[in-house]
Amino acid sequence: MSEILLQIDGKEVAAEEGTTILVAAQSVGVSIPTLCLHEKLEPYGGCRVCSVEVESRGRSSVVAACLYPVEKDLVVTTRTEKLDRIRKSLLEMMLAHAPDSEPLLELAEEYGADKDRFEKEASFCIHCGLCVRYCTEVKKANALGFINRGAKKEISFIPEIASKECWDCKECFELCPTSALQAAFVLIEALTAPPQPTTKSCHSCG
Amino acid sequence: MDSGKIDQIINKHNADAGSLIQILLEIQNENNWLPKEALTRVSETLAVPMSRIRHITTFYKTFSLVPRGRHEVHVCTGTACHVRGAERVLEAVEGVTGVNAGETDPDLNFSVETVGCIGCCALGPVVVVDGEYHGNILPAEITKVLQDKK
Ligand code: SF4
Ligand code: FES
Ligand code: FES
Repeated sequence: MSEILLQIDGKEVAAEEGTTILVAAQSVGVSIPTLCLHEKLEPYGGCRVCSVEVESRGRSSVVAACLYPVEKDLVVTTRTEKLDRIRKSLLEMMLAHAPDSEPLLELAEEYGADKDRFEKEASFCIHCGLCVRYCTEVKKANALGFINRGAKKEISFIPEIASKECWDCKECFELCPTSALQAAFVLIEALTAPPQPTTKSCHSCG
Repeated sequence: MDSGKIDQIINKHNADAGSLIQILLEIQNENNWLPKEALTRVSETLAVPMSRIRHITTFYKTFSLVPRGRHEVHVCTGTACHVRGAERVLEAVEGVTGVNAGETDPDLNFSVETVGCIGCCALGPVVVVDGEYHGNILPAEITKVLQDKK
């Protein structure tokens, strides 16, 4: 296996090809915040709090550490003013949806995010996809998925599958970073009153 | 929609999961909307989970999971059309069809949708009726166009 040498926060790191920046960083004790990452699931790149700055051949950019594979001579910085600003804004937006989420509040403290910056729109979901991906990738039950898009995107159970699979599983509940009860709520909704898929559209942007 | 036709479309694409969107589009074009039975059939033969199909069919606006009207009216409410009075045009459309944006009337005559910029801002406000573009349209004019389709 070819080893790749790179630099993370000033430390020289050797990592195997295909390793992500996040894993390489962990190997030398540099921790990067994450919200949508789970050891049993494929990286997803949904939350972006793991954003880091990378510099390669004189060009620098911001990438998601949980997805970005290590490259030869890459110079990675995991904590800069710019990254703090990005993480802070992301957290503030997510907190508008899930104001009481513990992991969010903890990170908010660290990055000085103001949980009341944006008007509350408590949907209790930050679209991290943990529940959806767990159901698909680990349980292979496919009872749960996202529907709609943009501001209207939400999780939704397939009632026919959920009524068979979910009562004995419910393993997705505790993965949720916002409140363990969001998936429970949507599940009950799906089983008691199967929502009709709507075709309503957003008035302002179509 | 009869299942033979659905199977025919699926087979044309060798029941390949990679052609999922193409297959859904063809069913949508053929039938004007995507009935649940059709989606179940696609899910089973392509071995694609229903959760994925629902994600896709609710993501793209081309797909409809409820019956659509014979006449499709798209009112552009993009920025350019908005400042040129799209709101009033939309009101006129809703008035004459009796259908609110995003809805279809019970007789399945009209479906009204708002869209965000269809790329001909210079013609704004624009309304597309059954694929035909009406540019610089006044509320009274669109009322007349739609009256004729009632
Ligand atoms: S319900 Fe929770 S776990 Fe599921 S996508 Fe939303 S935030 Fe993530
Ligand atoms: S942990 Fe990398 S995007 Fe969420
Ligand atoms: S805004 Fe209506 S066509 Fe561009």
